[in-house]
Amino acid sequence: MWRYLIPGAVFALLVAVFAVGLYRDPGYVPSPLIGKPAPQFSLPRLDDPQKTLQRSDLLGKVSLVNVWGTWCSGCRQEHDTLLTLAQDGGIPIYGINWKDDPALARQWLQQLGNPYAAVGVDEKGGTAIEWGVYGAPETFLIGPDGTVLYKHIAPMTLTVWREEFLPRITAARTGSKL
Amino acid sequence: MRTVALFSGILLSLATLSAWAIENDEALADPAQQAIYEQLTNEVRCLVCQNQTIADSTAPLAIDLRREIRQMLEAGRSEEEIKTFLLDRYGDFVLYRPRWQANTALLWLAPMLLLLIGGGGLWRIIRRRAALPVPPEDGDPPLAS
Repeated sequence: MWRYLIPGAVFALLVAVFAVGLYRDPGYVPSPLIGKPAPQFSLPRLDDPQKTLQRSDLLGKVSLVNVWGTWCSGCRQEHDTLLTLAQDGGIPIYGINWKDDPALARQWLQQLGNPYAAVGVDEKGGTAIEWGVYGAPETFLIGPDGTVLYKHIAPMTLTVWREEFLPRITAARTGSKL
Repeated sequence: MRTVALFSGILLSLATLSAWAIENDEALADPAQQAIYEQLTNEVRCLVCQNQTIADSTAPLAIDLRREIRQMLEAGRSEEEIKTFLLDRYGDFVLYRPRWQANTALLWLAPMLLLLIGGGGLWRIIRRRAALPVPPEDGDPPLAS
């Protein structure tokens, strides 16, 4: 009896492990920043390099930090969604323009529309390392106290917004824990 | 013969080209720091390519991370401090040899556990078979003739 049951159980267990693994994205790396204070940064602004975008600009309200570049096709893909969110979402979106040519970035915003409350220019990628960014587009949800509440790696979609961001935003605003 | 020479010449130049493309920075002034730099870059995973270290990768992020590590070493930070810096931002996955902690214990112990399970099974089978009477071998002459 056991001679057949044990190998059968081991086989079923292996099948279950592989079946779960099949539907998980091996490229996804969870961010250790979630639940921690957003990193300090200070970047020259895209529209006016004399001004800066810094961590303190994010405080006092729920905000999004979106890492993008004109070289990134996923960023082009999510751009319309960001425009919609900027119009209807009621949440400021701050951009970090990652390893990009500022002239191209300005042109991109002129042609496609500008969803950002402000964009900081991270030409060398130092700030992106502080934020643990490894693949654009990445979108962080930041609480009023500067805590990183969530990170989405991949183009933003309205589905992701509804299912992952909105519940956390409501929780952050009502002060309850999710 | 000439083709062989030409071909190996091309291969050789390609080989040096790729070596140059990955690491074209000059060595750090302090040889001890350079040793740490080489060890670290061979142990930190490039999260863009995931199966390469940042020493192997030409991804822009790997280049940025190498520069960051170099600057931190020059600023006098220790190997442990740099590892902690990377872990805080990119998570445990960034190190090819993850630290020994609660959520990596199973990973580190798995080979030992599997060896114990396999070895235990083998030991039981050997014991059971050793207790059986020895069957006569095919080539043996009959006992009585």
